[in-house]
Amino acid sequence: MFTFLVKRLFQALIVMFVISLVAFAIQDNLGDPLREMVGQSVSEEERQVLRDELGLNDPYLTKYTRFITNAVQGDLGDSYFFKRPAAEVILDKLQATLELVFGAAIIIVVVSIPLGVYSAIHPKNILTKVIMAFSSIGISVPVFLTAIILMYIFSIELGWLPSYGRGETVNILGWHSGFFTKDGLLHLVLPCVSLASIMLPLFIRLVRSEMLEALSSEYVKFATAKGLAMNKVYYQHALKNTMLPLLTVGGVQIGTMVAYTILTETVFQWPGTGFLFLEAINRVDTPLITAYVIFVGLIFVVTNTIVDLLYGVINPTVNITGKGA
Amino acid sequence: MKFLKSKLTIALLATGLSFSAAAADITVAYDSDPVTLDPHEQLSGGVLQMSHMLFDPLVRFTKDFDFEARIAEKWERVNETTFRFTLRKDVKFHSGNALTADDVVWTFERLKTSGDFKGIFAPYSELKKVDDYTVEIISSEPYPLVLQTATYIFPMDSKFYSGEMDGKDKSSIVKHGNSFASTNVSGTGPFVVTSREQGVKVVYERFADYWDTNSPGNVDKLTLVPIKENATRLAALLSGGVDLINPVAPNDHKRVKSTKGIELTTVSGTRLISFHMNQNSNEALRDVRVRQAIVHAINNDGIVKRIMKGFATTAGQQSPEGYVGHVESLVPRYDLKKAKQLMKEAGYEKGFNLSMMAPNNRYVNDAQIAQATASMLSKIGIKVDLKTMPKAQYWPEFDKCSADMMMIGWHSDTEDSANFSEFLTMTRDAETGKGAYNCGYYANPKVDQLVNQANAETDPAKRSEMLKEVEKILYNEAAFVPLHWQDLAWGAKSNLQVDPIVNALNFPYFGDLVVK
Repeated sequence: MFTFLVKRLFQALIVMFVISLVAFAIQDNLGDPLREMVGQSVSEEERQVLRDELGLNDPYLTKYTRFITNAVQGDLGDSYFFKRPAAEVILDKLQATLELVFGAAIIIVVVSIPLGVYSAIHPKNILTKVIMAFSSIGISVPVFLTAIILMYIFSIELGWLPSYGRGETVNILGWHSGFFTKDGLLHLVLPCVSLASIMLPLFIRLVRSEMLEALSSEYVKFATAKGLAMNKVYYQHALKNTMLPLLTVGGVQIGTMVAYTILTETVFQWPGTGFLFLEAINRVDTPLITAYVIFVGLIFVVTNTIVDLLYGVINPTVNITGKGA
Repeated sequence: MKFLKSKLTIALLATGLSFSAAAADITVAYDSDPVTLDPHEQLSGGVLQMSHMLFDPLVRFTKDFDFEARIAEKWERVNETTFRFTLRKDVKFHSGNALTADDVVWTFERLKTSGDFKGIFAPYSELKKVDDYTVEIISSEPYPLVLQTATYIFPMDSKFYSGEMDGKDKSSIVKHGNSFASTNVSGTGPFVVTSREQGVKVVYERFADYWDTNSPGNVDKLTLVPIKENATRLAALLSGGVDLINPVAPNDHKRVKSTKGIELTTVSGTRLISFHMNQNSNEALRDVRVRQAIVHAINNDGIVKRIMKGFATTAGQQSPEGYVGHVESLVPRYDLKKAKQLMKEAGYEKGFNLSMMAPNNRYVNDAQIAQATASMLSKIGIKVDLKTMPKAQYWPEFDKCSADMMMIGWHSDTEDSANFSEFLTMTRDAETGKGAYNCGYYANPKVDQLVNQANAETDPAKRSEMLKEVEKILYNEAAFVPLHWQDLAWGAKSNLQVDPIVNALNFPYFGDLVVK
């Protein structure tokens, strides 16, 4: 266990180093940050002075050394637009993104498990066919289209839900949450549903196929033959065993979901990290872009490590229960 | 009863005692929010829009490019190089300090140190205090555009911005990193900022001691939210989440117009969209007949109708209507037959190859305009190799004039014709900074001379003649390809009286907004 962790940590360090190198290398190809800072009539001379001040004219290695020296001390540079440390800006906006991802995750869990289980238990039922058809469509519709259609129906035509932003938030120990006000919750609905719509079809299918597999396994047949109540067989024996792959896939997908937030947040003007990143690219806010890329790299490294650890922890347990059943 | 009521209203109106409309609380959605609260940090639309809410200029533009008194109540030209402004005596800053000539002098000195604004004030040698409520602005040479530049002087509270905070000068202008002035503000404007979360919202509340008590405006609280996506901004208006939006994408105009309870307000804009024809990189473009052929091959009207959905004014010159250099007769010259004829005369009957670049997220429908232009040019045998890219990548390419035809949009900071030429069509000169955006490398000493003369001519009639002459020369020599002037649009709930407060400059005077 300990050697595994040390090995993992070492790998993670190498990965982070490579990411920082790449993130930093792309900077020069993103455009000229000065253009976003000055008016169009400002002379080239004036712009050169600013470039010098910002250290943009230094050679790559000088810039990278300066960056990495500061980075290991926790300083990823100041955002040009926000005029505050980039890491601080990202952490600020992270609250909104995490709430969005959390809301979407709840929807995915609450919806995909019952539907997946149902369609596995009743494979020939008409409702199953509807669910399967719906999930095929869901997989092929891009998230921004889903978002715009939802917005059109529920905010413009019906007027039930707000169409942009986070609404009212409450401050709980420095965390601004939208989960505790009615307004905040209403604002969460559409973005969360849109974000969930990307993963939902995948999870319904995953639950269904895992459940089908479990249902055809020996221990389920044995349990049924033993005369156990069918509900007990389904939900206590079969369902438990479908959870493991769900956890693995889910863990990895949370990373992907953070990436998908870029589209969802842009459509709903959600003040989170995804929208922040897109805006940073538009404004050529290079310190912020670099910090974000490193940050997302970090999320992937961390979630993968945790999933690997969990798998190691859960795996033997699975074997034991498998034998016991 | 009805009769009595209306009589009463008339009587009240007559005595100037009309019912003051109930205070209003509105939400406005723009595509971005101001990057700073410092009016001198960046010369951009967003910052100027903010300046008109938190500050007041000495004078401001009216809808038809005339001037209206704000902090200055009177002005007069003393002589060729001196201009005198008399200031109002009843103006209070948000901090409670009273405005005097010292604040105006202080503001001018600060403007001279701002990288973005000093260009506008380069013609002046000093602004001096005559007495507490009189200032004189003195130019080194006779200068005609004093009032235009005075619209950029938003007096700042010198006492509030002087001194030190955390060891740093409170007045310093910082482009990157924090400064006192970028987060603290004391102006004279109709609003004060009560809260600001960058990129999320700015809350403005009416300043209780605002000097302009005649302003009909009744907005008590105005929340500005940035909404980047056109579709989301429109949805916010249609769903009632916000009261006013800008811009409205051309494709959405119909939708806004046809929705009950929502109005679309449009104004002809002054931002010129054009192409430069690079005579340095493509030999064919040195021939005036080829340039004429290109101008004749482009169907401005078609672009405006099809791509801009009618939401632009076709252009045959730099100056839009209302500018001193505007010449009525210089209209777009679409004529395919003549274009082909000109190509033949120039010896390019078989056409030639040409590279073209345009941004894809800077101007309204910029990439589509470039594509349409490329296909129009193919009709006279010119094969266009078009590249479009995000503005962040486009500007470095533009600085190098990388392609034979480069798209450029230009808005004159002084709302004056000469400004277009100074940046776009005068001979490139690194020393004077003239022609800094001239990617056509068009050079004509006559044009240079006329513009320079016009910039020292204080007689408006003579000046207008000179600038009109410039437009004619550029037209006849096909110095560049004018496409259109972008229009502006606001979508708002019907109870907002938007029309009186908006203008071609896109600085709505929200202080005067009436909400019924």
